[in-house]
Formats: sequence, structure tokens, C-alpha cells
Amino acid sequence: MSAMILGWSITAAQVLLGFAMACAALRFIRGPRAQDRIIGLDTFYVNAMLMLITIGIRSGGTLYFEAALIIGLLGFVGTVALAKFLMRGEVIE
Amino acid sequence: MSAAPDLPLWAALLVSFFIVGGALVTLIGSIGLWRLPDFYARLHAPSLGATLGTGAILIGSMICFSVLQSRPLVHEVLIAIFVTITTPVTLMLLSRASLYRDRVEGRTDVPAEDPEPTEP
Amino acid sequence: MTLLRRVLPHPFLFLALLVMWLLMTQSLSPGQIVLGALVAFGGCWAMVALDPEPARIRRPLAIARLAGRVFVDVFRSNVAVGRIILGSDEQRAHAGFMSLKLDLTDRYGLAVLAIVLTCTPGTQWVHYDPTRGILTLHVLDLVDEKHWVRTIKQRYETLLMEIFE
Repeated sequence: MSAMILGWSITAAQVLLGFAMACAALRFIRGPRAQDRIIGLDTFYVNAMLMLITIGIRSGGTLYFEAALIIGLLGFVGTVALAKFLMRGEVIE
Repeated sequence: MSAAPDLPLWAALLVSFFIVGGALVTLIGSIGLWRLPDFYARLHAPSLGATLGTGAILIGSMICFSVLQSRPLVHEVLIAIFVTITTPVTLMLLSRASLYRDRVEGRTDVPAEDPEPTEP
Repeated sequence: MTLLRRVLPHPFLFLALLVMWLLMTQSLSPGQIVLGALVAFGGCWAMVALDPEPARIRRPLAIARLAGRVFVDVFRSNVAVGRIILGSDEQRAHAGFMSLKLDLTDRYGLAVLAIVLTCTPGTQWVHYDPTRGILTLHVLDLVDEKHWVRTIKQRYETLLMEIFE
């Protein structure tokens, strides 16, 4: 019984997060400007990280936690590099 | 339907509440990314998912694993701290980069000078 | 105290790194504690090379009050911004820039204020001019500027000045 409740609510959360990722992806594709695309990408990363955590709850293992941590890290570094590029046109000065 | 871990009923309800609530808040934030009119307004949207959304889903995950392994398991705090510190950095960098570019291009929808300070 | 400082220049950083290591490995076995302590020790000495400006943090009670306020405000502003996003077009047209004069000058205090303001949806830290002490913000719901100035000054700035100055 409780496994069924949890299973259904994890599915519901994953569908909601999937829609959230779709919204972020749409903003990434549509733009209109470079900074809009970057903010779409950043949100996409955060949503993907949350999606991995819900998958981890379903599997009951802690492996997905590490994957989520790495996605968060990569998203941060990527967005900072892109924002730096927007500011100066160079990533490393 | 693939298997979900078998928790006691109270824990299953609590975990369900937190993860569905967190996912809903994240979805609202992402809808905001789509619906808000200009870039600076859109800057406010991701922080919904990054604060309350992430927080709620991580609390759900913490309860789930603590009950499963019957010992307090709080390694999700690491993700929470990490996201709380990094999201402001990315958003600040993006807003400054965008303001700089808008001013260089001479767009009229951003103030050319910082506005005068408002007195309390 | 001086001996402790000579061996371990940043004791709080040491503790934080050790706790982070133990959380990552998810164990409290003696081996992991020793390994974590070694990593944290190396991290502290790497920090010495960076030579950060020393921070003076006082009044743990004020820190707890600030944390409580931020928690409540994050929740509240999430609801407010969610309403604006799902509301009518007219509600979404009030966004704009504003500035205010800050009395807080401590670097760490400003960093915490930046994190707090950006983490609460609805306010976005854009620029701080250290020579004049003027902060520029972007606010999603800019109907009453004075209200935002009062909120920031009374709710956060006074507490941050208590903690850091």
C-alpha cells in the first residue's frame, strides 16, 4: 500500500519535473537573446538534478545522490563560464 | 510501475507530500521562465526551484533514506548548501553581464545610469 | 590559543571540511575520520596561501534570528512570486530597478546580504558601488520602493551589522 502511494507520487513528481525541464528547454531554444538561453540552461541543470534525486528515491540507493551533486557542480561551472564569456568575450583573462 | 521502497505509511505520505510539493514549486518557477516578459524579470524565476523546490525534494529524500536505513542520513544537506551558495553567484554574474551588454548596445529598456537611491 | 592557531590556522574551516568529508562518504569509521582530517588540514593550509581578510563573527543568537527570518522570507516570497507568475499579465508588468544606500560595509556581511537577497525570489542583487555604498537591485514587484528599502534595512541590515561589525 505505502509502496504504491510512494510509487505514484514519485511518478507525479517526475512528470511535473519533466514539464519544468520542457519549459526551461523551450526558453533555451527560443532565446531571444544569449542571456535568456543561458538562464534556460541553468534552470535545466537544476531541474535535471532534482529529477535525479527523485529517481534515486525510487531506486532506494545513494548512487544517484552523487550523480546529482556532480550535475549541480557542472551546471554551476558551465553557467559561470558562459556568463563570464558574455561579459568580456573571453573565458579566461 | 517500477518498484518503490517499502516505507511505513506515515513516512510514505510525508515523503510524497514533500517531493510532489517541491516538484510543483519547481514547475511554477520554470513556467515563470516561460511567461515573464523580459530577461530581468526572468532572473527571478529560477530561484523558486533552487530554494523551496530543491529544499522540499531534499527533505523528502532525507526522510526516505533515514527511515529506510533506520539511522539519520543527512548527506543531502551538502546539495542544499551547494545550491544555496552557487545559485546567487550565477544569477548575479548573469544580471551584471546582461546589464553591461545592454548598456554597451545602448538599449532604452534599461537605465543608462544606476537609479538614484531611495530614501527610507 | 596561539599554539592552536599555529598548527591549525582556520579551525572553523577545518571543522567544516571534516564534516563535509564525513557527509560525502556517509560513514563515521575511524579511517574516514583520519582521512577527512588530513584533507581538511591540507585545505586549511591552502587557505593560508590565499590569505583571506579575517572575519569577526559575533552574537550566535543574532545568526539564529537571521536564519529564521531568511527561512520565513524565502517561503513567503516563493508564494508571492508564484502568484505573480500564475497571475494576470498586468501583475507581471511592475518589474524594475531601484537603489538604496547601505550602511553595512563589511565584506562578509555584504556577501551574506547578496546571497539572502538573491535567494529570496523577487529581489535580485545587480550591482554594489563600494565608494558610495549604494546597492542596485532588480525587483519583480516594484509597486512601493520605500517598502523594499524598509524591509531590507530593518529585517536584514541591522542584524548583519550586529553580527559582523
